[in-house]
Amino acid sequence: MEFTGAEIFVKSLLEEGIEKIFGHPGGAVIPIYDVLYETDIEHVLARHEQGAAHVADGYARSTGRPGVCLATSGPGATNLVTGLATAYMDSVPLVAFTGQVPTGMLGTDAFQEADITGATLPMTKHNYLVQHVEDLSRIIKEAFHIATTGRPGPVLIDIPKDVQMAKTTFEYPAKVELPGYGPTYSGHKLQIKKAAKAIKQAEKPVIYAGGGVVASGAAEELRKLARKAEIPVTTTLMGLGSFSETDDLALEMLGMHGTEYANYAVSETDLLIAVGARFDDRVTGDLETFAKRAKIVHIDIDPAEVSKRVAVDIPIVGDVKNVLQDLNQQVQEQKHSKWRQKIQDWKQKSVISKDKTTKVLTPKFIIEKIDEITDDNTLITTEVGQNQMWAAQYYKYNKPRSFISSGGLGTMGYGFPASLGVQSGNPEATVFCIAGDGSLQMNSQELATAVQHELPINVAILNNSYLGMVRQWQEIFNEKRYASTCLKRRKSCPPNCSGPDSDRNCPEMTPDFVKLAEAYGAVGIRVTKTSEVKSALEKAVASSKPVIIDFVIEREENVFPMVPSGGSLDNMLVGGND
Amino acid sequence: MKHTVAVLVANKSGVLTRIASLFSRRGFNIDSLSVGTTEDPKVSRITIVVEGGDHVLEQVTKQLNKLIDVYKVSDITNDSSIDRDLALIKVKANSEDRSEIMQVVDIFRGKIVDVSSDSLVIEITGDEEKVNALEELLRSFGIIELVRTGKISMVRGG
Repeated sequence: MEFTGAEIFVKSLLEEGIEKIFGHPGGAVIPIYDVLYETDIEHVLARHEQGAAHVADGYARSTGRPGVCLATSGPGATNLVTGLATAYMDSVPLVAFTGQVPTGMLGTDAFQEADITGATLPMTKHNYLVQHVEDLSRIIKEAFHIATTGRPGPVLIDIPKDVQMAKTTFEYPAKVELPGYGPTYSGHKLQIKKAAKAIKQAEKPVIYAGGGVVASGAAEELRKLARKAEIPVTTTLMGLGSFSETDDLALEMLGMHGTEYANYAVSETDLLIAVGARFDDRVTGDLETFAKRAKIVHIDIDPAEVSKRVAVDIPIVGDVKNVLQDLNQQVQEQKHSKWRQKIQDWKQKSVISKDKTTKVLTPKFIIEKIDEITDDNTLITTEVGQNQMWAAQYYKYNKPRSFISSGGLGTMGYGFPASLGVQSGNPEATVFCIAGDGSLQMNSQELATAVQHELPINVAILNNSYLGMVRQWQEIFNEKRYASTCLKRRKSCPPNCSGPDSDRNCPEMTPDFVKLAEAYGAVGIRVTKTSEVKSALEKAVASSKPVIIDFVIEREENVFPMVPSGGSLDNMLVGGND
Repeated sequence: MKHTVAVLVANKSGVLTRIASLFSRRGFNIDSLSVGTTEDPKVSRITIVVEGGDHVLEQVTKQLNKLIDVYKVSDITNDSSIDRDLALIKVKANSEDRSEIMQVVDIFRGKIVDVSSDSLVIEITGDEEKVNALEELLRSFGIIELVRTGKISMVRGG
């Protein structure tokens, strides 16, 4: 029996166990949508293809299963690009399908034609243009295999419209044959032995855990290693949740906006064990001074990450979970009481842990309240900017996949649509999206998707009417010249205005997020006082609808500590609130 | 320093673009690149000469290996190998210079493949230095046009 390419597409997804896809129809994918119309696969209609990609990404990050998104050719396909780049930078398993003009029209600048495989070459793990319907099921099988194995990543499949309509027999391949692709899963025995020896000899060891621990499901192995050899653990932004922040070995996040104690510990350690992390510049700051006293062990499944930015003494290529299992067998029980005492002293002097009593509404107060009223079955997504860093700093993450955020690409407009995917993949969970008023406006159209698909996400906007992180940099490095970061600024504003607005009679905020929520059929709440925070949060969590809480916060609040870009980790700005 | 890297890839459309795009994106400088089929019609071989230190070479090798269509990457810089470059050189040749040019070409075991009243086209194969040396000698006569293939390289023995 013969099937059309569109039917083969759906059959292949069913073979892969895909239950939900996120997309937006268009001319070049009508045959696929026509088949989807009558299947058990749920199609979630995003209002923008970028939204669809981020929804799929949030679904994938929170569930560990591949996210699937679908868009039409040309503008539909190009709108996916930011979502693919986001997933690529954070190693998220995503399979994106795009429609394409018929093969006979390829290369003629046909209506809604874009070379999407060419465009996404540098931001996908691999991509395909399907030329013959006979290749389709094999390509889909390969795409899911590539996206989900080794270092995960996005794969794009571009399917011309005539291929969707052409017929052939269907057989889903049992296995893939990719001679050029074979990730290394087990770490080299000798290297693991060397690492164990280095751990035995270290006096001030630190584990630096990244997103690879989350991706490989190695949180338990990480905890075992840390406890057995008594090694303090700091995590990257992507690694948040891989090591419980309530554990007394936790140093929490390191890097530009990391804790003081994590950054001091990394600066002073004699053995840095990097696990599934890639020495991002936001983590290392100045490479000359980063962990300069330390021998470095690096465990990663991607050989290309080893010694990419930082020369490594003991590289171990392999799946983090496997390597840690092997390493745990060799590592001996140890105590590092002197080192831990030193860290404890740093912790006590830290500004981040100090309570700032305040009458005005601060991000710290709001996020700590969210932490207080939510249980372990809560997943946090963030937008990008100050909101993201505050969310990273003030909420305590205790399990993997509980913090969902665009790390590598830093995509504003990511967190809100991602929260839809998170809720969609975890219907029982409470989902909070911590957002900025600037970021939320980049994909706020997905409110329609949330309402339509009955996804009761909670959005906490930390609204300062600024593009806050850029404003913070302008304050510190550009003498408060707030060029284009005030969202209230209008034509009649004086050119030198760079202050808060209390006596300046600034225009009302645009948009009114409460009205925006209501316009879509969601719930909107505005909070301006600390006394209103708790009840607003409880009301949101209890609601079965999407809720937007517009927290009007202190306008010029900054994120501290801060290591200026390219600076040394042990040289942090701690701000005026210490 | 210059490194010679031999890359076996799938003989499919778009593969060269993937490789060239990787080099430009990561800021690796290609000195020369030549590509052609191999004894296996499904496999092409690319010889890339890349300029940079050991760190660059390590990254080039690792990043190339990440591409799904790349089967094998070998650094053959330090291997004993046969290296060839082919050049076609069109040189000004008036009646006075003609015989001298022909002598030079003969010494280099080049071939004259086209003759006109005021120019010659010379074909030369050899390692990079030999081609460079001939180029240098012909320069004084006036080179009108020159085209080189880039290096291809094969490791000696089994």
